[in-house]
Amino acid sequence: MIAAVVVLIIGIGTYLERMSFIGIIGDREVPEWALLPLRYVAPAVFAALVAPAVLLQSGDLVLAPSANPRALATVIALAVAWRTRSVAATIVTGMAALWLLQAVL
Amino acid sequence: MQLKEGVVDGSKAVSPLLIATVPFGLVLGIVAAESSVGPVLGYATSIIIFAGAAQLATIQLLDEGIVAAVVVATALVINSRHLMYSAALAPHFREFPRWARYVLPYVLTDQAFAVSIVRYNEVTDPAYKRRFFTGAALTLWGSWQLATFVGIVVGAQLPQSLSLDFTIPLVFVALLVLTVRSRPELVAALVGGGIAVLAAPAPYGLGLIIGALGGIAAGVAAHRITS
Repeated sequence: MIAAVVVLIIGIGTYLERMSFIGIIGDREVPEWALLPLRYVAPAVFAALVAPAVLLQSGDLVLAPSANPRALATVIALAVAWRTRSVAATIVTGMAALWLLQAVL
Repeated sequence: MQLKEGVVDGSKAVSPLLIATVPFGLVLGIVAAESSVGPVLGYATSIIIFAGAAQLATIQLLDEGIVAAVVVATALVINSRHLMYSAALAPHFREFPRWARYVLPYVLTDQAFAVSIVRYNEVTDPAYKRRFFTGAALTLWGSWQLATFVGIVVGAQLPQSLSLDFTIPLVFVALLVLTVRSRPELVAALVGGGIAVLAAPAPYGLGLIIGALGGIAAGVAAHRITS
């Protein structure tokens, strides 16, 4: 129930963000100081989502591949993403790396 | 001006980008079906939110049991880039009929924005611009609905033992690399990720927001220093 309300509020909020300058604020010139931080939203948020998810286990930093194969698999996926710039290739090699590491270690 | 062709042109322009969007949609569906969010609400995010990264973060955080306000704040921070797109499109959309200015923002995405803003530099006819955006945005919308729906159906059949939840960080890794094109963006990513790890013990899952805001501030600072 709460989850459904959360989704609904995010939906409304997202619509308002998309709509902002088109419908509500109008098309007056947007100052640079307001636009500059928006440029760094994507890299900052995506990194903040990934790093704790793959480096922490129950709140502790775990880097050893034998204990945390996800960290090493993520590094491999990062390299593949860098080379190919492909979402699909990143998912496929990342999952393959994880399964392989889980089987070997 | 060839008006009907506008829709076709928009659809054609966005179709190469479906190579990236469709697998992402499949993964989102699979992850949603396997998470505690479940298939119904998981699919509903595609209709109600219709923004892949925010949908994925929402499902991940709801599954982790993070406080509602933090889930909402995180998703809206992720989607705040739409403010930038909205600002860039506003001078063009001003010439559209009123209904279009209210309806079309719902289907505004990274991809629809990218192909439209490029074409808008080459054409002047508002009706053509509207149809081009509509063609691009609806092609993406339809593909996204289909991909997430198929993912939900497939995901419900797959065993949990495949560790498919790992596809969540993998999608974010791919998106991260695609958005790091300059040194300040790299700084934003490194600082954002670093602070998020250090701030992970913060209550209510606030570490994520703290990391994101720290990363954004670092990106702005790096931009100021390098330019």
